[in-house]
Amino acid sequence: MENLISLFVNSVFVGNILLAYFLGMCSYLAVSKNLKTSSGLGVAVIFVMSITTPVNWMVYHYLLAPGALAWAGLPDVDLGYLKLVLFIAVIAGLVQAVEMIIDRYSQALYNSLGVFLPLITVNCAILGASLFMVERQYSFTESVVYGVGSGAGWALAIIAMSTIMQKLRYADVPEGLEGFGIRMIVTGLMAMAFMLFSGITL
Amino acid sequence: MSTATTGIRRKLAKSPSYQAIAQALWQSNPISKQILGICSALAVTVQLNTAIVMSVALTFVTAFSSLIISSLRNLIPRNIRIIVEVAIIATLVILADEFLKAFLYDISKQLSVFVGLIITNCIVMGRAETFAMANTPYRSFMDGIANGMGYGSVLCGVAFFRELLGSGKLLGFQVVPGAFYQAGYEDMGLMVLAPGAFIMIGLFVWLQHAVLKSKGIS
Repeated sequence: MENLISLFVNSVFVGNILLAYFLGMCSYLAVSKNLKTSSGLGVAVIFVMSITTPVNWMVYHYLLAPGALAWAGLPDVDLGYLKLVLFIAVIAGLVQAVEMIIDRYSQALYNSLGVFLPLITVNCAILGASLFMVERQYSFTESVVYGVGSGAGWALAIIAMSTIMQKLRYADVPEGLEGFGIRMIVTGLMAMAFMLFSGITL
Repeated sequence: MSTATTGIRRKLAKSPSYQAIAQALWQSNPISKQILGICSALAVTVQLNTAIVMSVALTFVTAFSSLIISSLRNLIPRNIRIIVEVAIIATLVILADEFLKAFLYDISKQLSVFVGLIITNCIVMGRAETFAMANTPYRSFMDGIANGMGYGSVLCGVAFFRELLGSGKLLGFQVVPGAFYQAGYEDMGLMVLAPGAFIMIGLFVWLQHAVLKSKGIS
């Protein structure tokens, strides 16, 4: 249990998927101007990531890993190289399915999340979380915790950034640094703040 | 300079391939101007050699995916084109990944998941969508190479300073002499960590904007 809590804290703060591993930067830079849209996207990422990471865990461990096909009588087959294609297909398919389910059962949720779901398919943070999950050899429960934690970390970063951007509108930024430049530097300062959590051990 | 070489130069400067490369390197650089493909750009820049390998891998994938997609552009049905594009890109990325694992194992370990993440890199997808679907194979191939180089130039620039300031080395060789350390010089630990990459790229963009502005292009 302690192990899981520390994994969660680590994936939200110290190993923040956006600020420490630079994943999901594209949509982060595109959307972080407005608090409302960025919190919508943040929630959508938490949602999708906590589903796709465990599902990809199952795909990897029951279909792709060396020896995973033993249940089908093929113990010598190693399909590990197919993980990129299969993961991205699983993510695209799941996002589509989630979108349809939400549309059918919860109109309110669909109205607030709907526009963001297709964007998420190409968010590298989602694929990145699945690939890290394989590389770090997480167990199934760990992969669930890691998926939720990484999503929460990403959402936290984009929401914090959008509020900073709103304040920054009144700041006097040096010429040439406006826009992209100052945002990268602010992100750098934010990354530094998140790194300070690395002293915590549970 | 003799007139012959200037003549060749001028001819070269007029060719569309040269212009595509110059554009992508400078005025419409995919990273610093169009803000595409940042994801992987920052993570692999702690050392110069990983940055170089990553740039080569991305250039390979962009160039060949543009070439293949452009040759097939009249055969791909419009409404499933995204899936077809992703399938082509993913195949090329797997090729690059397996190649690195076979021949450059240490570097491929350091690059870890980031080679795989070329699939979701917006540069590759963006060039396939906007350029390769509408142009001839040769032009698309050159466009892919040009954008890969534009990406690589920022990547290697950032990596150069991060490795030099962060660990006093370049390509793994010690550059800052030992006497400096004895005189009290210290490596800048910040540069090795993640925030260093963000700040470095911010400063890089600042420099580029300032130069472009002084030339009156921006």
